[in-house]
Amino acid sequence: MNLQSVKTLYLAEMARSLRTVLQSIVSPVISTSLYFVVFGAAIGTRISEVNGVSYGAFIVPGLIMLMLLTQSVSNASFGIFFPRFSGSIYEILSAPISYWEIVIGYVGAAATKSVVLGLIVLATARLFVPYSIAHPLMMVVFLLLTAVTFSLLGFIIGIWADGFEKLQLVPLLVITPLTFLGGTFYSIDMLPPFWQAVTLANPVVYLVSGFRWSFYGISDVSPVVSLGMILLFLTAALVVVERIFRTGYRLKP
Amino acid sequence: MSDAPVIAVERLSKAYAGGFEALKEVSLTIRRGEIFALLGPNGAGKTTLISVICGLVNATAGRVLVDGHDNVRDFRAARERIGLVPQELTNEAFVTVWDTVSFSRGLFGKGKDPAHIEKVLRSLSLWDKRDNRLITLSGGMKRRVLIAKALAHEPEILFLDEPTAGVDVELRRDMWEVVRQLRDSGVTIILTTHYIEEAEEMADRIGVIRRGELVLVEEKHALMRKLGSKELTLHLREPLEAIPAALSRHALALAEEGHALVYTYDANEPDEDQAGIAELLADLEAAGIGFKDLHTRQSSLEEIFVSLVRETA
Repeated sequence: MNLQSVKTLYLAEMARSLRTVLQSIVSPVISTSLYFVVFGAAIGTRISEVNGVSYGAFIVPGLIMLMLLTQSVSNASFGIFFPRFSGSIYEILSAPISYWEIVIGYVGAAATKSVVLGLIVLATARLFVPYSIAHPLMMVVFLLLTAVTFSLLGFIIGIWADGFEKLQLVPLLVITPLTFLGGTFYSIDMLPPFWQAVTLANPVVYLVSGFRWSFYGISDVSPVVSLGMILLFLTAALVVVERIFRTGYRLKP
Repeated sequence: MSDAPVIAVERLSKAYAGGFEALKEVSLTIRRGEIFALLGPNGAGKTTLISVICGLVNATAGRVLVDGHDNVRDFRAARERIGLVPQELTNEAFVTVWDTVSFSRGLFGKGKDPAHIEKVLRSLSLWDKRDNRLITLSGGMKRRVLIAKALAHEPEILFLDEPTAGVDVELRRDMWEVVRQLRDSGVTIILTTHYIEEAEEMADRIGVIRRGELVLVEEKHALMRKLGSKELTLHLREPLEAIPAALSRHALALAEEGHALVYTYDANEPDEDQAGIAELLADLEAAGIGFKDLHTRQSSLEEIFVSLVRETA
């Protein structure tokens, strides 16, 4: 393992987000906080409790997940897309560094950023709604696994995209809808039976449900199933990344 | 230092996905400490060859040894010896010169060494610009930054892909000077160019590549000797059907449907076997062949090059 190289890549990626601190940190925190204000503090007080949890507190884990997924995907995809776009990828490909070390650098930095953001948003939420965390350790595990998995997905998108439009396409058309329909704002047992069944095909349901369980001990699906699903997504992402490297797809003609 | 080649390219082929063959069984050895110029027209395969050696492009067949290390199986050892200056000016726009050059050093696995970075920046006249963001630099300065990045990890081998493309004359001279200093410090340099002047000015050896094939690799001095070869053309009064036996000891050829005799000779180093112009003229007179005009012409590297790259396969 070429630690020096990985460290350099990782720190350069972290430095890039610090250079754009407004865009990469302040803006997601503010936009997520707006949800807390509107749905938690304002409208939430008029909505009845969900499974014994006040609505404002109920949506906290889901909103953090929403931000975590969006940020992981966009950070990681932009991180690898930009050097491809500018051409400076030549330096990374010609360095004495393996593909997996490149992944650790980029995905590690993207995941770190999302986790930090997640924790900032969690702290900010406290200003608007009271909540409790029943299983802090599992909360961190869910947070980390989700951040890494979706940063890997972002990395894949950043390699697949051949223009800025495609780069935006997946987060906009796939991630955001799936998150909104994945039980961020509601418990899926509020839905008619048919839509409950359909919803179970949405991977985000398992992430939100597991994460919410770590807060309040309530969940739509068993936390074990949630954990299993996250590990499944993680494995799938790793398999795809491995294939990309083996074939040199979009990186190495 | 050993005499083993610093780079050995063995029967390297590259066919791109569309079927285009960019390299056809290219074999080449680079000697330690030399400046090797890869000369060829656009699209000949120069950049592809460099890209395969540096690990940017996968070869279809063949292999590359860098200081004895296979550049695929033992890529770490191979790549840490190499610095690459690409043709395109590619950079992150918003970082400073100092940061991007330091990044390159770390990326290649070397620990921080501000003294070395300073030395590199000073040698490229970039020291005053070290805190400038890349976006504020001129094209020539950006190219220097790319060279600095490639030198940040103290490579033994430096690849320069079209180092002076789009660079003004003065900067080109500076660039040549920088390359010479690097060579003097023991770095092996491989540069690609389509400027013959550049190859002539810089290189110890020259390789000419055409349509993916290396058609010539020669010491520059040997090429210069070819440059020294001259042609004497005699326009005859009466056309000849064949060269008379009396003139067979001279290196003669008929041209212009027998109306001209072309005599090739070496102006710099008269060959022992060749009889020389004076004797040729004497023999012509003895054979009763009259001429109405004569002129001499020197072939240039440019002509050698053009004839090489124009030859149809």
